[in-house]
Amino acid sequence: MKLFGHRVPMMASLLVWCVAWEIIGRLDLVFLLPPFSDVLAAAVDLVQTQSWQDATVTTLRAFVIGMALSIVIGIPLGILMGRVKLGDETLGMWVNIFSSAPLSALVPVLMILFGFGEKTIVAAVFLFAIWIIVLDTRAGVRHISPSLIEMARSYGASHRALYGKIILWAALPEILAGIRLGLIRGVKGVVIGQLLVAIVGYGALFETFSRNFRMAEFWALTIILFAFALLVAELIEKVESKVAFYAGERQ
Amino acid sequence: MRIVTLQKEATPVPESLESIVEVRGISKNYGDVEALRDVDLDFPRGKLTSLLGPSGCGKTTLLKIIAGLVKADCGTINVDGKLVSAPGPERAFVFQDFALMPWATVIRNVAFGLELRGVARSEREDKARHYIVEVGLAGFENKYPHELSGGMRQRVGLARALAVNADVLLLDEPFSAVDEQNRRKFQEDLIRLRTNQNKTFIFVTHSIEEAVYISDRIVLLSPRPGRISRIIEPEIDRSGDPELIHRDGHYLDTVEEIWQGLKQYVE
Repeated sequence: MKLFGHRVPMMASLLVWCVAWEIIGRLDLVFLLPPFSDVLAAAVDLVQTQSWQDATVTTLRAFVIGMALSIVIGIPLGILMGRVKLGDETLGMWVNIFSSAPLSALVPVLMILFGFGEKTIVAAVFLFAIWIIVLDTRAGVRHISPSLIEMARSYGASHRALYGKIILWAALPEILAGIRLGLIRGVKGVVIGQLLVAIVGYGALFETFSRNFRMAEFWALTIILFAFALLVAELIEKVESKVAFYAGERQ
Repeated sequence: MRIVTLQKEATPVPESLESIVEVRGISKNYGDVEALRDVDLDFPRGKLTSLLGPSGCGKTTLLKIIAGLVKADCGTINVDGKLVSAPGPERAFVFQDFALMPWATVIRNVAFGLELRGVARSEREDKARHYIVEVGLAGFENKYPHELSGGMRQRVGLARALAVNADVLLLDEPFSAVDEQNRRKFQEDLIRLRTNQNKTFIFVTHSIEEAVYISDRIVLLSPRPGRISRIIEPEIDRSGDPELIHRDGHYLDTVEEIWQGLKQYVE
């Protein structure tokens, strides 16, 4: 972007919106929207409170466990669907249903199954994140050129070597894209799970802030969450760009 | 030029030449399509034999059956006197679309066959380096496939096949995805390479000129169902300048002769 002949960094547009927010907030038009500077101040205060730090640890732990599970289970499942016709036929329909279903509706069921604790949150993250990882992995495996697999076979690759040295690597660009999208969905899962359970982690904080109309803190927490989701997605994108050179190579 | 056989029944067992690959009674159907019917064929040791024919004649299928990548419906393949039904270390394959790992450098690609055999890293990289030089890619060891031209990529594919030190090299239309200028150069290099390497080459191509230019013998296949229609041995002297072969009388006569034979299959 260029402005008056000077290069303006992309983040500058964000600054404009912050200023707009500040002005609207100062005008006191909407009660729900305190000035942006208040929100920032609230964020600084918030991160120093014990309750936020505890909530963050709880939330992060549930998120990490849920994501790890969905990656560890999702990738093999996707490879299975991409390689074995029977696996694809039996699982394909369900994966597609779950990947497009309104999963929030299922969280209450998870509560019945796993109780009002961390397990439900982990299950929610898993449920939100895994399907896109499965689908993207499957697509990646399907894309592998048949001659690359014939090559491995003709040079005597064992099953293990075929999967570990060829299939996993050849599908890696799609697998990483799946993980990136899965992470974003996982953040959704952790928040929705905690909101519905309402007594754990960020869910409890959101509940307290909105019930007591502490809007500055409410927005501060929201911004922290958004920033976190963007940051992890950005990190995965960094890794993705490292393998992008061969993603475009395949026909 | 010598026409070894005109009828399929007179299976060629050329005098004085020991055969390394023996194809016996191979048939293959893909659904209703009869790709190969009862093919008997011998490949003499240390020679370059081309499988030549129009598309749909089953030449690639036959090559992949010899490689053990495709199962035949019936018939047997013997390599060096041993019955084979799966890929083995005595055969190495060069792919039409190169089949290089795009995430690996040239040297790792070339060493991949050895890596799969569990050869130690330093040893396999030494071997790989040797063959990278042999195919004329010195200095490109640490490049990635996408940084190379089509011709160079296929040189990597060839070096990989040479590095495993197989007796039989199976080449599936190796130059069809290489542009014309690079193809000519590569063909010349292949003739030179053949004199250094004491290997048997089985070469699938649909180009008559290419087959005559590089082959010791040419097996002509007819389509639907794929079967052997003729075997020709172009007796061309390749010891001199490879450039001159294109103007050699024998060369031109053989190309013409084969074209007359194949014409009937071309609509």
